[in-house]
Amino acid sequence: MIDREQVLHVARLARLQLTDDEVERMAGELSSILGHIETISGLDLDGVEPTSHVVEVSNALRPDVPRPSLDREVALSQAPARTADGFLVPSPQA
Amino acid sequence: MIELSAKQLADAIARGDVSAAEAFETYRARAAADELNAYTWVAPEGTTAAPMSADAPLRGVPLGVKDLFCTEGVPSQAGSRILEGYLPPYTASVVQRLAEAGAPLLAKTNQDEFAMGSSNENSAYGPTRNPWDRERIPGGSSGGSAAAVAAGSAPWALGTDTGGSIRQPAAMCGIVGLKPTYGSVSRYGMIAFASSLDQGGPLTRDVTDAALLYGQMIGQDPCDSTSLAHPETIALPTAERLDGIRIGVPRADLAADGIEPGVIAAFDATLQRAQELGAELVDIELPHAEHALAAYYVIAPAEASSNLSRFDGVRYGLRHGGDEGLMAMYTHTRHDGFGDEVKRRILIGTYALSSGYYDAYYGRAQQVRTKIADDFRAAFGRVDLIATPTAPTTAFKLGEKTADPLSMYLGDLFTIPYSLAGLPAISIPCGLSDGLPVGFQLGGPAFSENRILDAAHALEQAIGFEPLEIS
Repeated sequence: MIDREQVLHVARLARLQLTDDEVERMAGELSSILGHIETISGLDLDGVEPTSHVVEVSNALRPDVPRPSLDREVALSQAPARTADGFLVPSPQA
Repeated sequence: MIELSAKQLADAIARGDVSAAEAFETYRARAAADELNAYTWVAPEGTTAAPMSADAPLRGVPLGVKDLFCTEGVPSQAGSRILEGYLPPYTASVVQRLAEAGAPLLAKTNQDEFAMGSSNENSAYGPTRNPWDRERIPGGSSGGSAAAVAAGSAPWALGTDTGGSIRQPAAMCGIVGLKPTYGSVSRYGMIAFASSLDQGGPLTRDVTDAALLYGQMIGQDPCDSTSLAHPETIALPTAERLDGIRIGVPRADLAADGIEPGVIAAFDATLQRAQELGAELVDIELPHAEHALAAYYVIAPAEASSNLSRFDGVRYGLRHGGDEGLMAMYTHTRHDGFGDEVKRRILIGTYALSSGYYDAYYGRAQQVRTKIADDFRAAFGRVDLIATPTAPTTAFKLGEKTADPLSMYLGDLFTIPYSLAGLPAISIPCGLSDGLPVGFQLGGPAFSENRILDAAHALEQAIGFEPLEIS
């Protein structure tokens, strides 16, 4: 029910490289999982409000008081590649 | 010292029978000598715990912390290759809070990658073994925490629970695990899996320890806008009877396929004890519980696919394919950094959220979530607590279920409904099946932790479960 093409499409959306073997295997595994998930397609859910969050919290605001943020050197300390003052990424055109 | 519960150790320190420094070094040495692969980092020799106030309620009893929690300057890898060697610039609120309350960081515990799994076999750092039988899994995803506490190499530990990841490993290792009410424990600094479900909680040797630790974990946190102040102070449980307590039993759900006879036998024997203690057993129905698993395996992967987009090889962690342009860097980093289960869930989640499928999957799953919460509301109008086994089986063998992800998922059928409804539930050991521990799950309405802990305490006394001998 989910074929190689769909797996590749979704993997592209998720920015995930897959080998040919993985595409094959995932197609089978995802089909079996989605087959189980399909059991909710038969339920009568007309008019039922969706629950995105169980806690009733809205507009949880903090006082608008400036406070120190992470130091730049600390924020950059775990970067795989960096410049003097920023994260270094490969060119999108490469 | 090692045979003492965390509460007893705290009392011994308070009396001056043992110093906090001695307690720390004893457990540090035990954790360092662990043979179960329960840890991914142990405090180095010579570590002295941060100074705490003389009246710190936890007295210096050291704490194992699941690797999903960020700890400043200490590797926090979440069981993933993509975070290998990652040193966070800050500490999770709850870990900080517990350190200040007198529970210093002893070690980081192994886990399924990003908390996705029920067996700890999805850790990039190797599986953790069950101390009851080393050929078996300790459960997951907080399997390192559960194995560590059961084996007595940590007095207690933190875990996280998204669909059962505290309760199921607690059950499989014969210890106590509490999944608190969603929002009662700050998620700030917990590496996110499924934000509307994730909740930190204690894994402990007994119910009293769970109450002691949980009582220090709760509280509204300005850094987590979904956190809430608990309306009650958490008391140490004292109940020895269950008079007047109505316990609901969803009989239809217990007839599902795949529930081990030995699990049902231990569960029924525990219900019998509950009755002897004065509880009234009431048959209830949770009509949508059978659909909880399907809804969960849409909602959790959908949220995960979004949360895990931050692992892109830019700000931290692994980077591969950096010479082939930006897109190739993203896709290769994520291919090489994520394990199979994480890839599966990212793909399911992305599929469920993709154009044309959103309403059929994510929208419907959120409606099922409403029905499940409604079922619980109706049930808790009639009963005080609900009992089920924690898991349908005892600990299975390493490798037994890795080839069939769906069969692994089905092991969460009793724990997931509470997660979707945001409700608290505890697992306590209630007996053995073929020599392996069986968990008894008690759940209640939001913020009913005191009620749950009290009832669990009364049952614990009556059951008299023999824990694994600590040597």
